[in-house]
Amino acid sequence: MHIPDGFLDARTAIATYALSAGALGYSIKKTKGELSDRQIPTMGVLAAFIFAAQMVNFPIFGGTSGHLLGAALATILLGPWCSALIISTVLIIQCLFFQDGGLTALGGNIFNMAIVGTLVALGIYQLITRLAPGGKGEVIGVFTAAWASVVASAFFATMELALSGTFPFKIALGAMLVWHVLIGIGEGLITSVAVSFVRKMGFGGVHQQGKAGSEVL
Amino acid sequence: MKKPVLIFLLVALVVAAFLSPFASPDPDGLDRVARDLGAEEKSEGKEAIQSPVPDYKFPGIESEAVATSLAGVLGTVITFGVAYGLGKFVSSRKKTAV
Repeated sequence: MHIPDGFLDARTAIATYALSAGALGYSIKKTKGELSDRQIPTMGVLAAFIFAAQMVNFPIFGGTSGHLLGAALATILLGPWCSALIISTVLIIQCLFFQDGGLTALGGNIFNMAIVGTLVALGIYQLITRLAPGGKGEVIGVFTAAWASVVASAFFATMELALSGTFPFKIALGAMLVWHVLIGIGEGLITSVAVSFVRKMGFGGVHQQGKAGSEVL
Repeated sequence: MKKPVLIFLLVALVVAAFLSPFASPDPDGLDRVARDLGAEEKSEGKEAIQSPVPDYKFPGIESEAVATSLAGVLGTVITFGVAYGLGKFVSSRKKTAV
């Protein structure tokens, strides 16, 4: 879902850069008081894993592929502020070193994936785990949060591309949603496996079931 | 660094080194839509910067698989370092006197 250079007009690029900068500044402020020493290596390794996993595109159908976004994974395990920072780190490295995502579109990409992805994952996860506390709610919550985060990111990306005159909104929205509804299933599955794996391994400082940053909202 | 973290880092490196060359070459959702709408040309030649390892292929290496693998390992290690460093930087700020 990385938007390349040339797809966003100046106004949209600047607006999303401003929004992202603000959100990231706020995330840094919020993590300041909260990040424990045990969580630092976890933050590093989650970011590393998400970078690696984003390289492994999986085919969906019709000649299109998808890849992990990872915002739900980071949010559920380390909370929304860390997640925003982690996903942004991945996106910045991808942009600067690997030409994945344009520099002028970085504000948009961070907004869509690191901010929207994180917030939607958080909201859905908390809603479901509160409505259905316990193991079942956790399973449904993780999967749905991950799925929704992808769909929501795609929606915002489409809006920016339409506002920039790059895509016609209605046609693009239909197409983007179809693909990302499917890609979201992959996200849901990978995230579920990864969350289980990390929890079983007993990682330093990851949030337990149903608690992704609940203390900060 | 604790064992679970090291194991997860190893998993990440294995994914980057050995799974990435087998990634689907198909375009992702956004690229696909851009192609179908004929919008691709809007991004052609518009790169704002020149990246050292464009498109995840380490330059100067003949085998595409190896080039991708190396790019993956490099990126994974850099990302780990930067995220870890960011974590350190952020957590050190809380020690400022109130």
